[in-house]
Amino acid sequence: MTLNPWLHGLVYGLPVLLGVMGVGALASWWERKFSARMQNRIGVDVFGPFGVLQPFADALKMLQKEDLVPRGADKTMFFIAPAFPVVLCVVLLGVVPFAGYWDDTGTWAPAILISNLDIGILWVLSVSGLMVFPLWMAGWASNNKYALLAAMRTVAQGVSYEIPMVLAALVPVIVAGDLSIARMVAWQATHGWMVFSLPVVGFLAFVLFYLASLAEANRIPFDIPEAESELVAGVIVEYTGIKSGLFILTEYLHTFIASALATAMFFGGGHMPFLAGLPAIAQIVLSATAMLVKTSMLFVSIYWIRWSWYRFRSDQLMELCWYYLVPGGLVLVACTAVSVSLGWV
Amino acid sequence: MTLPHREADVTLPKPARKDPHVDLEKLDAAADLMAINMGPQHPSTHGVMRIKLWLDGEMIVKAVPYCGYLHRGVEKLCERLTVVQLTPIVDKHDYVSPMTNEQALNIAFERMLGLEVPRRARYMRTIIAEIQRIASHLLWLGTFTLDIGGTIGGGASLMMYTFREREAILDVFEMLTGARFHYNTHTVGGQRHDVPVGWPAAVKKMIDAVDAHMPEYEQQCYGNDVLVLRTKGVGVIDRELALELGLSGPNLRASGVDLDLRRDEPFSAYDEIKVNVAVATDGDVYARFDVRMREMHESIRIVRELIDSIPEGPICSQKPVKVPFAVKLPAGRQFYTAIETPRGELGTYVIGGGAEKGAAPYRLKFRPPSLHAMSALPYALVGHTVPDVVAILGSLDPILGEVDR
Repeated sequence: MTLNPWLHGLVYGLPVLLGVMGVGALASWWERKFSARMQNRIGVDVFGPFGVLQPFADALKMLQKEDLVPRGADKTMFFIAPAFPVVLCVVLLGVVPFAGYWDDTGTWAPAILISNLDIGILWVLSVSGLMVFPLWMAGWASNNKYALLAAMRTVAQGVSYEIPMVLAALVPVIVAGDLSIARMVAWQATHGWMVFSLPVVGFLAFVLFYLASLAEANRIPFDIPEAESELVAGVIVEYTGIKSGLFILTEYLHTFIASALATAMFFGGGHMPFLAGLPAIAQIVLSATAMLVKTSMLFVSIYWIRWSWYRFRSDQLMELCWYYLVPGGLVLVACTAVSVSLGWV
Repeated sequence: MTLPHREADVTLPKPARKDPHVDLEKLDAAADLMAINMGPQHPSTHGVMRIKLWLDGEMIVKAVPYCGYLHRGVEKLCERLTVVQLTPIVDKHDYVSPMTNEQALNIAFERMLGLEVPRRARYMRTIIAEIQRIASHLLWLGTFTLDIGGTIGGGASLMMYTFREREAILDVFEMLTGARFHYNTHTVGGQRHDVPVGWPAAVKKMIDAVDAHMPEYEQQCYGNDVLVLRTKGVGVIDRELALELGLSGPNLRASGVDLDLRRDEPFSAYDEIKVNVAVATDGDVYARFDVRMREMHESIRIVRELIDSIPEGPICSQKPVKVPFAVKLPAGRQFYTAIETPRGELGTYVIGGGAEKGAAPYRLKFRPPSLHAMSALPYALVGHTVPDVVAILGSLDPILGEVDR
């Protein structure tokens, strides 16, 4: 069945987009409750049961706020910068397979997937490389020195951590022999999850990918661009209302997408055992649940780290990347290549 | 009053360091440095202050701290008020440890007038001062990790826990004085409020809770590689510089000077107990952090040692003050004395007012340890990056209410 591309985007994209937006809102509520629990507090508990509707109240509040544009700011760039990362996040979502099922031929077919790109990994890496631009635009256009410093840091960090991310992503690419994320999941469905199929190396590649994702999504201990105790609020220091809200929403979305990608690449995506033989719709529902559970566990761990760790200094961050992660990633890729060419995997 | 430590340090070696107060034209002839104001509206300045930084990229080339945003003219006000009316005023100086401010002021008056303080009051003062030291260091620990870890992150988690303990301490103080923050419990000649029934038990319970949670904090700080990475070798203030700038308290002891007025110039009941002074030699942020953590353990030990042995007797050698003119200072007599507060040597310089000033001092001048700590910033910041500013400032622990008065 081939739909008109526009219709295709609407039919497949809109539910996923709305779902993920809902997940983003829920994630922010959940993080507040989780951090409160970690900090001996109660957290949000007024609006809705256990305060679950708080994100919507916050969004409403942000929409009502006065929209301030600082004098001397580059108005066009200042205006489009907040919209840019949201678009990028949505674009990233397009290639993440959220579920799958065993089709008639006995292969694992993707189900909730907007676009089955053959160059899925390449797409993901290039789009997350673009993530640097909106932050740089915001930092530059704000005409604020703190924002400028943060923007400088963002670019340095984003560009540097792109490299270990690429190296870590190369490991599943080499092992599965495919650039498509959906087919990577299919490979894992028959050969076992990537973290286990290649002993040690698979796990280390996951750790590398995870660390690079933390840095790309600007989470503690790598949240140098925001660094609110040093740079007040980093690149978003001059933004008010829904514009800053969009940046914050993007952070959640980016973290969620990074978790989903790590799940798809290293933890078998929506694959779970005992699915074969069930009706296709049941398989899809179950595997979507499995995907959500796995993603949520990674997501939780990111916030666990966030609420218990301190922040690196910017030069230490670079040191970590160039002295440890990049050489480590090269060694991992070499190990993987050797293992695959010798037929060990 | 002479101190062996101070005598020994009179001849200082000439420092070989670069003067940070260098002219900007010489430093930056091409004018391509970026000047950035950290503060007065900045989340990590621990009050209202401003540091003007000249940055080369993120590297600090020159730093100038500006204070005065919190100036309230307290010292001038003190010339108009009577001696016993001053105690609640000085509560607001170092608002993180009000008790030791009161203590410093009243000890100055007592020493000047040669007043005897009953033993019970001296014990109470010592216990209170040590509890206050724990409370102050807890708040410092929370805000220090907040600076390093971020207000939306790991630092905030630790801060919430330190505030849990600080709350318990404030409860104990409330039980004693009825107030949670500005106590007004010290007075010339002793204490205003006697130990209430059940107070020692409450203090012991609180101290046990703090002691039980100390390993948690240590695990969160010493056990965290990022914190150690961020603090080791950062913001070094060497021994000579520390003495030259008049640093005191934990900041001085972290630079390797073994000076603690609790031991070297005992006040209250410190002459009856042994105080183990925590000293570190590196003089960096980590050393200052380490010294304060060890001091908290020592304070817990001192409180435990004293709380059961509060002697019976009166709490004040003076009659209860009905009229605020009861205590008069001798005219023209000058007097300086200092005690050890959580931040260091809090000195009080008094000139007696005599008959024409009534019961008010002619002049009252405080020597706040935080002001001297701030003067170390131009030296400690140069050569570091912007993230280190908050770490160094947090480790020096200045309280701006005390700096500006």
